[in-house]
Amino acid sequence: MIPLLIYVAIFVGSYLLVNRVFRRAVRRDFTSLKTVTFGDESAVVSDRWASVISIASIFLLWGMFTGSSLLPKFLHMPGPFEGTADFTYTAELPDGRRDDATVTVLVHPIDQKVEPPAVEPGPGWAKNDSATVGVWRSGLIRVDRNDENGRDQGARVVAVDGQPIAPGESVATPFGRVGMSPKGTLNFEPSKGWQMEPIWLPAPEAVVERMIEIARDGFRGSTLWEHLGYSLFRVIAGFLLGALVGIPLGYAMGLSNWFRGWFDPIVEFMRPVPPLALIPLVIIWAGIGEAGKIILLFLAALWIMAIAARSGVSGVRISKVHAAYSLGASRVQIMRHVIVPNSLPEIFTGARVAMGVCWGTVVAAELVAAEKGAGMMIMVASKFQNTDIVIMGIILIGVIGFGIDILMRWAERVLVPWKGKG
Amino acid sequence: MSGLAIENISMRFDLPNGTSVQALKNVSLTLKAGELMSVLGPSGCGKTTLLNIVAGFLAPTEGQIVMNGHRVTGPAAERGMVFQQGALFEWMSVRDNVGFGPRMKRMPRAETAGIVDHLLEVVGLQDFKDKAVYELSGGMQQRVALARCLANDPDVILMDEPLGALDALTREKMQSLVLKLWKETGKTIILITHSVEEALLLGERLLVMAPRPGRIHTEYRLPFADMGVNADLREVKKHPDYAPTREEILNMIWNMEEEIMGRTEAGA
Ligand SMILES: Nc1ncnc2c1ncn2[C@@H]1O[C@H](COP(=O)(O)OP(=O)(O)OP(=O)(O)O)[C@@H](O)[C@H]1O
Ligand SMILES: [Mg+2]
Repeated sequence: MIPLLIYVAIFVGSYLLVNRVFRRAVRRDFTSLKTVTFGDESAVVSDRWASVISIASIFLLWGMFTGSSLLPKFLHMPGPFEGTADFTYTAELPDGRRDDATVTVLVHPIDQKVEPPAVEPGPGWAKNDSATVGVWRSGLIRVDRNDENGRDQGARVVAVDGQPIAPGESVATPFGRVGMSPKGTLNFEPSKGWQMEPIWLPAPEAVVERMIEIARDGFRGSTLWEHLGYSLFRVIAGFLLGALVGIPLGYAMGLSNWFRGWFDPIVEFMRPVPPLALIPLVIIWAGIGEAGKIILLFLAALWIMAIAARSGVSGVRISKVHAAYSLGASRVQIMRHVIVPNSLPEIFTGARVAMGVCWGTVVAAELVAAEKGAGMMIMVASKFQNTDIVIMGIILIGVIGFGIDILMRWAERVLVPWKGKG
Repeated sequence: MSGLAIENISMRFDLPNGTSVQALKNVSLTLKAGELMSVLGPSGCGKTTLLNIVAGFLAPTEGQIVMNGHRVTGPAAERGMVFQQGALFEWMSVRDNVGFGPRMKRMPRAETAGIVDHLLEVVGLQDFKDKAVYELSGGMQQRVALARCLANDPDVILMDEPLGALDALTREKMQSLVLKLWKETGKTIILITHSVEEALLLGERLLVMAPRPGRIHTEYRLPFADMGVNADLREVKKHPDYAPTREEILNMIWNMEEEIMGRTEAGA
């Protein structure tokens, strides 16, 4: 909730700052009204500053809530309590006699082994205690353990830091929450602050460090590049096979009634089946090896490419075909010089979609079962609660997916510059 | 026998709902080689259908087209077509579009290049040879379409509202260009238009068609096209016969449109 509020605040704040303060000098003219031409996608251009601030604010929030060392301290959200905490408790005997004692708790980082601090027992029959609790954890403290009159003598804790407490209740102290179990044992939970525990969300630099480490040492017997390379290889192999079969199939469907009738039901049925739903069947048929994955990706790409090629063929403007005919072109020439080039933009759009779907599918398939691959890496890491590896994996998967899309768009621009210009 | 004969063409479209549209009924006419005929008529009177039948894209339900003594059975390079727009191949440069016909005939490269260069010069696009067609303005694109058609050296050029999408000024220039090309190349041309002025200026013969069913209504023989070859088209419009003829044809088409409206209103 708080991160969301901060995020919204950054969004609004940076908008006002950039547009009202820095851009006040910009002349308002008709082009500045472009954004009201709804439906004209080209009229809305993404604001570069907004993109930069958007990415920066995500990292900022990430750093703020993980106590990142990359950020100056004052930007950190309040962290969990760490150090020596103390609170007093009041014990009462059945006859009404009361005595106070102090509990000193050393709150230590989870990965450190520490001894309880040494304390004087103090005067009275209730003796001072000491204990250790890990940061973000909580611990039971048997305060009556060393008291002269303990539980066996009927002593009960009735107050903490002077505030009355009963079983099932709790008292807030400056250092955290002291609760009482139904049986009357105290339980200290040092205040957690607003930061996330590394096991939920590691700091950015921890993820980077882990990435460097895995890039150097590998993960589960394979280097990082092998994991990513395997995923990429599967995608490319599956996509190429799918395109190799799907494009001719789509052409046939676009050109022949018989093919159209024959394959339409199959294609239309398979198209809405998410490739992920095929994973179990593919595993049964082909096992968890490379073949199964490539078959899966082949199937994922096949229908998309077939449909793209089909609509590319049937989308040709009839006047172009007529023009070619009356210029003396034969059927084969029309196929080669009109139908195929005319369908290329559609095929490229299909290829972009197919590559995206394949990348998503390969990761999912590797999550289910694989020996190598980006998906397998994050799945195994999650089993061992290596959240940093999981996040690193997710980021790498995203970056690669994005890279694939950029590459496809670039190829599209270079290879079919006439797209949308007919 | 050289020329184009449209012999008793009828065309009926059967619609999926069981009814049918009589788009053309008993249309006959002959064009001598080198004649330029413009065709006018209210929307839906079958002009495009007639042109498509002549081009060989549609088979008529009755009648036949005879071209230079043989029967037309499909599209062929002897009958070139210029469309209103969007028929250029946007994946090819201007040069490749114009050279498309010769390339399909496997004409030697050098010869093709010669034809292309010549025609681009004729239509005034020699500096745009290597541009993509979508980088050209609408008027330039139509000039490319004309050049592409001419590059194939057809006997007949069929034009379906070739200048329909152009602005008035560009249109006027293109009209002069069409006349010039007609005179220089001696092609037989059928030109469909919605503009009475254009039909008057460009039509050596002018055919007015009537709708429902599509048929020939009136035919004119006009002197304006010949005048326009050597003179400014605006001068031609000052000819004493021009305005009266224009009014006559406008009235004729106006009445047809009224009749259609009246009929649909009465039917409704
Ligand atoms: N493929 C077709 N299927 C069914 N009906 C058609 C088809 N093509 C044309 N028609 C009908 O035939 C008639 C003539 O159409 P056509 O396109 O030839 O008219 P047009 O004179 O060219 O009209 P416009 O000036 O608007 O271009 C119309 O009523 C039209 O609805
Ligand atoms: Mg028409």
